[in-house]
Amino acid sequence: MIDAPLPRAPRTRIGRFFDSDIWYSFIRSPLVILSAVVSIAFFAAALFAPWVAPHNPFDLASIDLLDSSLPPVWLEDGDTRFLLGTDDQGRDILSTIIYGARISLFVSLAAVFFSMVLGITLGLVSGYVGGRTDAIIMRIADVQLAFPAILIAMLIDGVVRGLLPRDLHGDIAIYVLIFAIGISGWVQYARTVRGSTLVEKNKEYVQAARVIGIGPVIILWRHILPNVTGPVLVIATIHLAIAIITEATLSFLGVGVPPTTPSMGTLIQVGQDYLFSGEWWITIFPGIALAVLVLAINLFGDWLRDALNPKLR
Amino acid sequence: MTLLTIKGMRVEFPSRRGHVTAVQDLTLDVAPGEILGVVGESGAGKSTIGNAIIGLLEPPGEMTAGEITLQGDRIDTLDEVKMRAVRGARIGMIFQDPLTSLDPLQTVETQLIDTIRENLGVSEREGNERAVALLDAVGIPDPAIRIKQYPHQFSGGMRQRVVIALALCGEPDLIIADEPTTALDVSVQAQILDLMKGLCRDRNVGMILITHDMGVIAETADRVAVMYRGRVVETGTTEQIINHPTHEYTQSLISAVPPPGRRLARFPLVTYIEDAQERPEGLNLETHWLGQSRDYGAASDILLEIENLHMRFVTRGSIFPSKRLFLDAVKDVSLSIKSGEVFGLVGESGSGKSTIARMITGIYKPTSGSIRFAGQEITGLTRKDAAPLRRQMQMIFQDPFSSLNSRMRVKDIIAEPIHFHGLASSNAEAQKIVNDLLDVVGLGAQAAVKFPHEFSGGQRQRISIARALATRPRFLVCDEPTSALDVSIQAQVLNLLKDLQSELDLTMMFISHDLPVIRQMCDRVGVMRHGQLLEVSETESLFTNPQHEYTKHLLDLMPKFTGFGAQAAE
Repeated sequence: MIDAPLPRAPRTRIGRFFDSDIWYSFIRSPLVILSAVVSIAFFAAALFAPWVAPHNPFDLASIDLLDSSLPPVWLEDGDTRFLLGTDDQGRDILSTIIYGARISLFVSLAAVFFSMVLGITLGLVSGYVGGRTDAIIMRIADVQLAFPAILIAMLIDGVVRGLLPRDLHGDIAIYVLIFAIGISGWVQYARTVRGSTLVEKNKEYVQAARVIGIGPVIILWRHILPNVTGPVLVIATIHLAIAIITEATLSFLGVGVPPTTPSMGTLIQVGQDYLFSGEWWITIFPGIALAVLVLAINLFGDWLRDALNPKLR
Repeated sequence: MTLLTIKGMRVEFPSRRGHVTAVQDLTLDVAPGEILGVVGESGAGKSTIGNAIIGLLEPPGEMTAGEITLQGDRIDTLDEVKMRAVRGARIGMIFQDPLTSLDPLQTVETQLIDTIRENLGVSEREGNERAVALLDAVGIPDPAIRIKQYPHQFSGGMRQRVVIALALCGEPDLIIADEPTTALDVSVQAQILDLMKGLCRDRNVGMILITHDMGVIAETADRVAVMYRGRVVETGTTEQIINHPTHEYTQSLISAVPPPGRRLARFPLVTYIEDAQERPEGLNLETHWLGQSRDYGAASDILLEIENLHMRFVTRGSIFPSKRLFLDAVKDVSLSIKSGEVFGLVGESGSGKSTIARMITGIYKPTSGSIRFAGQEITGLTRKDAAPLRRQMQMIFQDPFSSLNSRMRVKDIIAEPIHFHGLASSNAEAQKIVNDLLDVVGLGAQAAVKFPHEFSGGQRQRISIARALATRPRFLVCDEPTSALDVSIQAQVLNLLKDLQSELDLTMMFISHDLPVIRQMCDRVGVMRHGQLLEVSETESLFTNPQHEYTKHLLDLMPKFTGFGAQAAE
């Protein structure tokens, strides 16, 4: 039925990846390649900030007040040392964006990971055990969905703020933020994983494992979990974009990371005071960076969802 | 004059990795009132022919050569608008699954009348009269009342009758029926085939009947075309093909069909199928690890005993007990299975066969009743206490595509039960056992590093068997192990199971809806209907002298296929 013998599928893991339909679809969509490149550039810049950034904006020794409020390099009075200009204290905007992205991405990635672990665990248990356990977990999820995620994050942040002494709060603010964003996002994962688990647990390979005598924990971990991770990956990508926005929003409102720590949100918040005094670059550039990053991740996530869904291919 | 002529048809599916040719050099013709059977195994390109004729090839498939003429007009070159006028009015289509080929949101009346008016342009009233007459013609009682109903209010067989009525709406000259009875129970299948035969004759409609089932062909078709890998290898009258096949493939295909009339020691080896493999010589199971399964203590005469077993499922839950709805899947079943015998359970879908298997193997907890394995009560045991017994009984499942975890390599799938029950002292020993098991089931050790999706259905079923053997069980439950397989693959898998059963001295429970298969495999048979066990007897006496009315009924409906294989084996 086949004319020419088809080339045999490569044996190695890498070889199989480059041979896969996903890679094929990726390499043929320029927009997706662009968004992947932008995302990876942001991640790399954030990870290697101390080496990538032209200045260290938090090294007081390198900051000179004489350099304050310089416009971007292409405007009159611009300085070639400061590509995107400086703020009122003479810090390089480009460098603060890179350091800000570092904090923002750390918070968002950690929050997404926390959401994922919590949501997948609850989803697996809910779907596999069923009955009352399922009902309780899913009703909690329903109740939480009735509140906007940002409200929940603010609520948690507020409670922790009220409980902890002021001086301690500054140190753990980032972790509170991670917890708050993480908690507000687990429902998506739990619902998706529960749905897939309900399908998978009735498949015969799970029954075969039960006939062997294997217990529920190992069945969930070894058999069901690897088969429900596809959709989770997609949700995680899109959730990452949402988490970045949430972090920025909370920090902008002053309930996220302390104003002294640079993150996308705090940069925009600090900069907006100067909008009307003419130094628009202090807030506009971090804003553009945030928008581009989130757009890139979203585009990538949308593509991933379509590529992993055989019905849309 | 011929009704439909296909000349030199070639259908290709372009893909990233080159063109796949689904059908090539196909030449066929159908006369008015004639039923042409197209038979072949999965992937032979049967369905592609039907789709190509009505111009509904799944993209990116396309017809790259040949011509199709219907009553002298070429239809393969027509554009979409003109082709729509051909579909329905001149060619009707009957699909496999009556559950999905009707619109669940519209009454049967709406679907029929719309189709009639679209194709014949008659008035609403005449459309209605014709619709009722059609339902009457396809044997639906009270057509005037039932026509107002929705598809879900019809049973599977009745729904397929509606689908046939729908295909007849435009008064077509040709009907293409693609596996029209595959989704139906045997008793319904016989009625539908009779109906289609009668309709073709009465209305002088030609039919292309696409099926994998030689029994269906034998009972229905006037002429047969046998397909193998996209080509027609043999065409002839049904009588000629079944009794005197000339092509080697047709011969092996026919000899692989289990004869209902006799019990074969083994199926003749089907040599024409490529993944046919027999076990390599030199592996003596008697002395091998696998054969050392006699460490269970004294074997009692009766291995498994079931008493008053009952299973009730909640179909609608409610916090008020009075509002709950139940389904009694298994009602008060008692049976016993002797050591070393193969016990068959036969019945139509929904009769509770699989539920019994799942209660024995511990997937379901019975509502009441007792299951004793080797003298020990196993209902109510905790998972830990049951583990040593679980090791002694394993199960082979129906669907080879869902019974293996697609994320695990074959070696991990088979090694899992070995590790779980601590049957190997080291990883290397477990790996050695896995390789031997793969040899035993005829796959070869090189299969170990692959993933399940790299195998065909029959090969996957062999992996399932290897996994089941990995715990060195003495009791094997086979739940429809071959019903998802092609007939030639089925013959191989049944041979394998027979060999293993005798060499390893296994006790087996063999579940099937297929009476000829049951006859080949089982020593004793239980007949089930609606959750009740109606009759248990020796296989031979069940087939020659059935006691229960229902058993007689089932035997009457069994396809009486005795072809080339019967003579070849004699």
